[in-house]
Amino acid sequence: MSILVNKDTKIIVQGLTGKTGTFHTEQALEYYGTKMVAGVHPKKGGETWSSGVDSAAELPIFATVGEAKEATGADASVIYVPPAGAGAAIIEAIDAEVPFIVCITEGIPVADMIKVKARLDKSKSRLLGPNCPGILTPEECKIGIMPGSIFKKGSVGVVSRSGTLTYEAVFQTSNAGLGQTTAVGIGGDPVKGTEFIDVLEMFLADDETKSMIMIGEIGGSAEEEAAQFLMDEAKKGRSKPMAGFIAGRTAPPGRTMGHAGAVISGGKGGAEDKIAAMEEAGIRVSPSPAKLGETLLEVLKG
Amino acid sequence: MNIHEYQAKAVLKEFGAPVAEGVAIFSADEAEAAAKSLPGPLWVVKSQIHAGGRGKGKFKELPADAKGGVRLAFSLDEVKSHAREMLGNTLVTKQTGDAGKVVNRLYIEDGADIERELYLSILVDRTVGRAAFVVSTEGGMDIEAVAEETPEKIITLPIDPDAGVTAADAGKLCDALELSGAAREDGMKLFPILYKAFVEKDMSLLEVNPLIVMKDGRLRVLDAKVSFDGNALFRHDDIFALRDETEEDAKEIEASKYDLAYVALDGDIGCMVNGAGLAMATMDIIKLYGAEPANFLDVGGGASKEKVTAAFKIITSDPKVKGILVNIFGGIMRCDVIAEGVVAAVKEVGLQVPLVVRLEGTNVELGKKIINESGLNVIAADDLDDAAQKIVKAVKEGA
Repeated sequence: MSILVNKDTKIIVQGLTGKTGTFHTEQALEYYGTKMVAGVHPKKGGETWSSGVDSAAELPIFATVGEAKEATGADASVIYVPPAGAGAAIIEAIDAEVPFIVCITEGIPVADMIKVKARLDKSKSRLLGPNCPGILTPEECKIGIMPGSIFKKGSVGVVSRSGTLTYEAVFQTSNAGLGQTTAVGIGGDPVKGTEFIDVLEMFLADDETKSMIMIGEIGGSAEEEAAQFLMDEAKKGRSKPMAGFIAGRTAPPGRTMGHAGAVISGGKGGAEDKIAAMEEAGIRVSPSPAKLGETLLEVLKG
Repeated sequence: MNIHEYQAKAVLKEFGAPVAEGVAIFSADEAEAAAKSLPGPLWVVKSQIHAGGRGKGKFKELPADAKGGVRLAFSLDEVKSHAREMLGNTLVTKQTGDAGKVVNRLYIEDGADIERELYLSILVDRTVGRAAFVVSTEGGMDIEAVAEETPEKIITLPIDPDAGVTAADAGKLCDALELSGAAREDGMKLFPILYKAFVEKDMSLLEVNPLIVMKDGRLRVLDAKVSFDGNALFRHDDIFALRDETEEDAKEIEASKYDLAYVALDGDIGCMVNGAGLAMATMDIIKLYGAEPANFLDVGGGASKEKVTAAFKIITSDPKVKGILVNIFGGIMRCDVIAEGVVAAVKEVGLQVPLVVRLEGTNVELGKKIINESGLNVIAADDLDDAAQKIVKAVKEGA
């Protein structure tokens, strides 16, 4: 099994006709035939998108998410819309009752995400991101911008706030022979749709996920909350072997480190507190981002 | 993006918040006219720098017993002498670091009779995904110390974005701040005003410390610190115009022109990385092997050769840098683009320090080939661990 997406997931693309949307849709179609079913563009409804890589691949474009969903039966949407319009694009997908929305866009104003979050809380949709690399279930489905070549079907569930550190974890677990069930990038923004806890719950419930890697970074308290959740679940007898990493041990307080959410403010959100909380919850936290695979193997050997 | 106190107060005044009258000056010659335009007989002369702790700060160039960065003046002569002493000198506060910041602007403000000092801020509470008020009766002091010693005296109230600050919300804030009479009337009006300013101007932090109750029972915003969401500046030209580049690191300004996420640090190993998480992790691993990073630099997901070249030049322009580590895990970012950018930059500016390059991911073979065939003196690394050890070793040997 996998979580959230599999070979049957049908995906529409908001922002398909732009350079980024086109490139990553081509890549997704090339990745084990991920079921990309339509594009959305308010002024290009009725037109057809053609892949530049595989001349046979064409997708219909609809003017609205609602029309695209109704015509294709899509159960997911991926958003490559530029930051100024991305909040509205997410809200359009929520209003069209798309069950799973993945927003890749980086740089959405926080105020826009606060509005999105209020709408999301009153809906049945799940949002992944924004400012995230997406989600990938090996050999089945790729939504977003992760490089498919480093994945291998297997048993590790990967969840991370950072894109490139997700790739490190995936690459290392592939090289270690473990492979992944699903890798989920939850994104580096302070206000987002899916948190660590949501993903960890799904990995705990998934039989094929035998172990997990969680990668956090400075800022906020999502890692501490996740650690508390894992401790509470362990008391109920639900736990899986875990390795982890926290980025930003050397980051100075008060400075935003690339990701909008990666900032130590008011003495809170530092790396050491997060590492301590994760270790207390039984996660083996690697001091080096280059040793995630190795660390997980050690945990599995007991 | 941060702005100065006097600018923050002007923004809040536009929304109708009660602030004192004041005048910003850039030279001591302007001090007397500025003070005369205010009612008196009490003035406050305030250093305008982008850092807190100004009142308790010390000027580097002045004797140790000289007054701090915020001073009271009881006469026009005193306003003038303070201005002469403060302008152009370097203020060191607990937030500036040892280097301190040169005071280029002063704010001369009408004095106030203070009865009580309160704390109020609005920020994004990420646990609920909403803007939230944080208030405390313990104002005028370091809120982090209050949080440490008496956390029960800090009250947080998240605001529903659809409803805004309701009368019930404002009432709760008045209760938390123990406001009554005229102060309560003012509070009921002020809290929605501050929230409106926060939302409409896309602030990421609005801190009023202290918010004061004056002897006449009215509320006043005595100090104001405002930061804006950098991702929303595209829709606020008026705010962007308030940027004071003298407050920022020259390398960071240069980096922002190329849309590079760069933060200057104190160490001697320059880093160029793709992805914020990997860039932080690269700094961490340098430290793990016994050295210190000179910077954080994320070239981003879709960097061009020109952007990579600019990034490399910013790193090499830092005289502290004794070695450079390029660490790329190509997803969208192609390794060959990085390699071409590095080679172009080195050809342009030369390479006086050891350079370790670790490439992985999309087009890695092509990237390695470009580096190998360039004839540059580059130390290749297999993985992040190997790369960090190699650059730390090379820098230590060179020292």
